[in-house]
Amino acid sequence: MIEIEGVTKIFGVGAEAFTALDDVSVTIDANEFFTLLGPSGCGKTTLLRVIAGFIDPTRGRVTLDGNNLLNQPPYARPVNTVFQSYALFPHMTVAQNIAFGLEMLGKPGSEVTSTVDEMLALVRMTEMADRKTSQISGGQQQRVALARALAPRPKVLLLDEPLSALDFKLRKDMQLELKRLQSETGITFIFVTHDQDEALTMSNRIAVMNEGRIRQIGGPRDIYDHPAERFVADFIGDTNFLDVELLKVEGEQAHIRLPSGSEVVARAAQGGGRTGGEVTVAIRPEHARMDEAEGALFQGALSNVVYVGTDTHYHIDLDSGGQFIVRQQNQPDQRHERQVGERVGVNFGAGIGQILKD
Amino acid sequence: MTDLSAARNRRDRNTRWLLLTPAMLVLLFAASGPLLIVLVYSFLTPGDYGGVEWQFSLQAWTNVLAERDIFTDEWQLADAHLTVLWRSIKLSFMTAVLAFIFGFPTAYFIATRPPRQRDIYMLLIMIPFWTNLLIRTFAIMELIRNQGTVNTLLIAMGVIDEPIQMLFTEFSLLLGMTYVYLPLMILPIYASMERFDFSLVEAGYDLYATRLQVLRKIIFPLVKPGVVAGSILVFVPCLGAYVTPRVLGGGKQLMLGNLIELQFGQLRNWPLGAALSLTLLVIVMIALLFYVRAVGREGETNV
Repeated sequence: MIEIEGVTKIFGVGAEAFTALDDVSVTIDANEFFTLLGPSGCGKTTLLRVIAGFIDPTRGRVTLDGNNLLNQPPYARPVNTVFQSYALFPHMTVAQNIAFGLEMLGKPGSEVTSTVDEMLALVRMTEMADRKTSQISGGQQQRVALARALAPRPKVLLLDEPLSALDFKLRKDMQLELKRLQSETGITFIFVTHDQDEALTMSNRIAVMNEGRIRQIGGPRDIYDHPAERFVADFIGDTNFLDVELLKVEGEQAHIRLPSGSEVVARAAQGGGRTGGEVTVAIRPEHARMDEAEGALFQGALSNVVYVGTDTHYHIDLDSGGQFIVRQQNQPDQRHERQVGERVGVNFGAGIGQILKD
Repeated sequence: MTDLSAARNRRDRNTRWLLLTPAMLVLLFAASGPLLIVLVYSFLTPGDYGGVEWQFSLQAWTNVLAERDIFTDEWQLADAHLTVLWRSIKLSFMTAVLAFIFGFPTAYFIATRPPRQRDIYMLLIMIPFWTNLLIRTFAIMELIRNQGTVNTLLIAMGVIDEPIQMLFTEFSLLLGMTYVYLPLMILPIYASMERFDFSLVEAGYDLYATRLQVLRKIIFPLVKPGVVAGSILVFVPCLGAYVTPRVLGGGKQLMLGNLIELQFGQLRNWPLGAALSLTLLVIVMIALLFYVRAVGREGETNV
């Protein structure tokens, strides 16, 4: 279990000081696939490097199973990293790369050999053992980097955007591969990415970061369906934002009045939030339904119809101003084609809309 | 299509050879020509007042390593030449080692600075290199001579009573040559280190290697071509060094360059001078061969 408490990192001094991490606290369980998700410059890599030991935080505590990590140099921490550039040693073979950590730990030769063989098999690189790292493909280098970091059996594996250099197809394969390795080895993975698909596909939990702060922590479904604030809703997936009037809050249920005058039940903001007045509600495009204008929650005119294979995106200019997008899955027997300019209505069920904190 | 591109390739190749012509001409007349003359002279008989007599002789070559005893008329090893030869190789080797000891940390320091600072440091390294060799050598002489800066200071501070004899010793030669040729060690090591990916150092630390292990197992193997190149660049000119041993050795600590100069000058034995020059060339070739082999092996692995 990794406990991060109030970690702050300020680079530079005076007017040029830049706060990369701002009072970050999070507890990561053993055997968890934990993802730090955020745009570039949000501090996710800085946090990873603090855990690895390449950066000393300005303030805060980091402990692993109760032991203080911060007073140990990187080579004493039972933590290994898969670098974004892989950082494989070019003067060594694949097998020598994987053996490096074990040799530095002073493991006996027989154990090194057997662990290297095991790791080669784990990442399916046994045939490539004697190749130089410059003689294998990007995806293979990726797997060697992974095997090299896993070989010393660290308690925690840190992965710094390891898939960003791979092409789409390979990335999809590696996502599943990483998930498999994590469950097979039982090692805690801390995974850094700016790619929401990666985060949603692989993680047990996700911490969404922005401007040096963790904005929301939760499971993939939780984060996607119930974003706590506008940044999270905006960063992950597509979202419609509606300014509405909050009538009253009963537990999780928030009664709101839409600009069209219709009243509906949405999900209350997480951790309190306002109990009345103007609030923003977020609705995922695929969670809303496009219907006939008559009797719908609110109405508008269809301004654009975008066909994207699996789905069709309907862009609707609302009567109350602003735009709303509805995404509907295409059916093979779809009879009725909507025309641009047509008047349509939008409906969504109770508890679908999510009230945002700010 | 293939014919066309093949023809263009051939034309390209021809033009490239044409571009080489000026350099080839210079090399032919300024390097190969004199070398050939030196080779021919080494097989001739010395003239009475310098120059050569056009009479074939192996005398010069035998004299490189052996000499006839004036009294007993027996062949024996030419001690004087061997001493100078040995001193040249020893001092050149030690200079290369010293330059490495000072140059490697310097290059590492510069390569780990932010890019803009690196250029300033490199400029600082290069400035003395652009200063006249003789002036720099005399500056060192001024520092270490018996009434020089160092001795005067030490005596004034009461550390020593008598000045330490530093000038005209092997120490003064080592000091002078290390100082003069240090940039030639720093430059190639720095060039290797600049291309070195420092995330490999982090990877090393991450995989439980200590600082020393990272240096030995990751940094050093990858910058080794630079180290070998630097060592050769220092070793080779040291072998033929003339000015530094002349000024700082004071005629006592002769090196090969001085010995050769003696043959062409005061001793008026051009063929022996020529033979000694070629001996120097052979030693340099052996050193270069070593370099090609060492780098050739590493070259495959290093990007």
